[in-house]
Amino acid sequence: MIKRLFIFMMLALMAMIFFNIASNYNENTSLSKLGRYYAENGPQELGAPNLVTAVVVTYRGLDTLGEVTVLFISAAGVGLLLRRTRRNQKDDAGLERGDREEETAGVHKPASEIVETATELLLPMVILFGIYVFINGHLSPGGGFQGGAIIASGTMFLLLALPESHISRLMIAITESLSGFSYVVVGVLGVILADGFLDNRIMGLGNYGDLFSAGAIPLIYTFVGLKVGFELSAVLDRFRKEDTGPV
Amino acid sequence: MNFITDTPVSLIVLCSGLGLIIIGLWGMLTQRNIIRIIIGFSLMDTGIHMVMVSIGYVTGGTAPIINDAVPMAEAANLIVDPVPSALVLTAIVIGLGVTAVMLSFAVRIYKSQKTLMIDKCTESKW
Repeated sequence: MIKRLFIFMMLALMAMIFFNIASNYNENTSLSKLGRYYAENGPQELGAPNLVTAVVVTYRGLDTLGEVTVLFISAAGVGLLLRRTRRNQKDDAGLERGDREEETAGVHKPASEIVETATELLLPMVILFGIYVFINGHLSPGGGFQGGAIIASGTMFLLLALPESHISRLMIAITESLSGFSYVVVGVLGVILADGFLDNRIMGLGNYGDLFSAGAIPLIYTFVGLKVGFELSAVLDRFRKEDTGPV
Repeated sequence: MNFITDTPVSLIVLCSGLGLIIIGLWGMLTQRNIIRIIIGFSLMDTGIHMVMVSIGYVTGGTAPIINDAVPMAEAANLIVDPVPSALVLTAIVIGLGVTAVMLSFAVRIYKSQKTLMIDKCTESKW
């Protein structure tokens, strides 16, 4: 009981702090100095109409590299925690046949025909849309992370409709490592050919507003999109109950 | 009605975000089921994102993307702050990674303890 009271008191204190924040809140009427700088100079300097992309990929590109690293580490952590150890496999071998059938019955129950057909029809389009979102990241809302999430949702769709489908771990690992490596290489090229790490002006800025413009931003976002998409697909694949694929 | 129309939209977003933070914290502190604790974490995470987005709002501003409606010369007067949006993008991805790791820990705990209630995981409490 005393614990409950303590929790309640703490939440009440936090609510008081929040009430103060909310009651003293005034909506901004103009941009902050930093935001103003980005708005005035971003499009000319980097050639990207989407200012959020300009901030994420170039001005604060190092943070994005750190973010991709955090995502990579968490995907690796999920892989480590949910891997099938040899001891577990032996345990499974010892299970009664009936037990195992019971355990897998829920997983391998096929989806209805409508869902399966819709998946075969829609999956290429979902993946195509993900690619569209990350290639157009510098022109319109979207970008590597969003496009990657859409690709991973396509994988989710596949796993729900066809639970027995096999996703190649090797292909995922190779694509993921290559795109992460290329991302860093593009960043280092920025030091050599332009003004600093992850500078997008290693290639010409091109025509403002074109698909292939804004220097290296579409390239970087393609790598980020592929990496995020495949990493999240690997995480989803790991969460499947019957984890039998090769490591 | 006046109250509703006069309240700035960012204040509404700010208050809902702060409310979500409190609800999430309450869930994390009082719930005993690991899945519910993770849901509490996600709620708190979402609340923090909403607070950050609301802080970057500028009265009457639109999305920070230069196009026909937002000409390059006047962009600084028409858009919302792009910096908090970029930070929230980062925060969402990191929250996703943390949630995935927490869920896989939950799977591991369920495999070894056959329960998700933290009260029953007493083996290595101290």
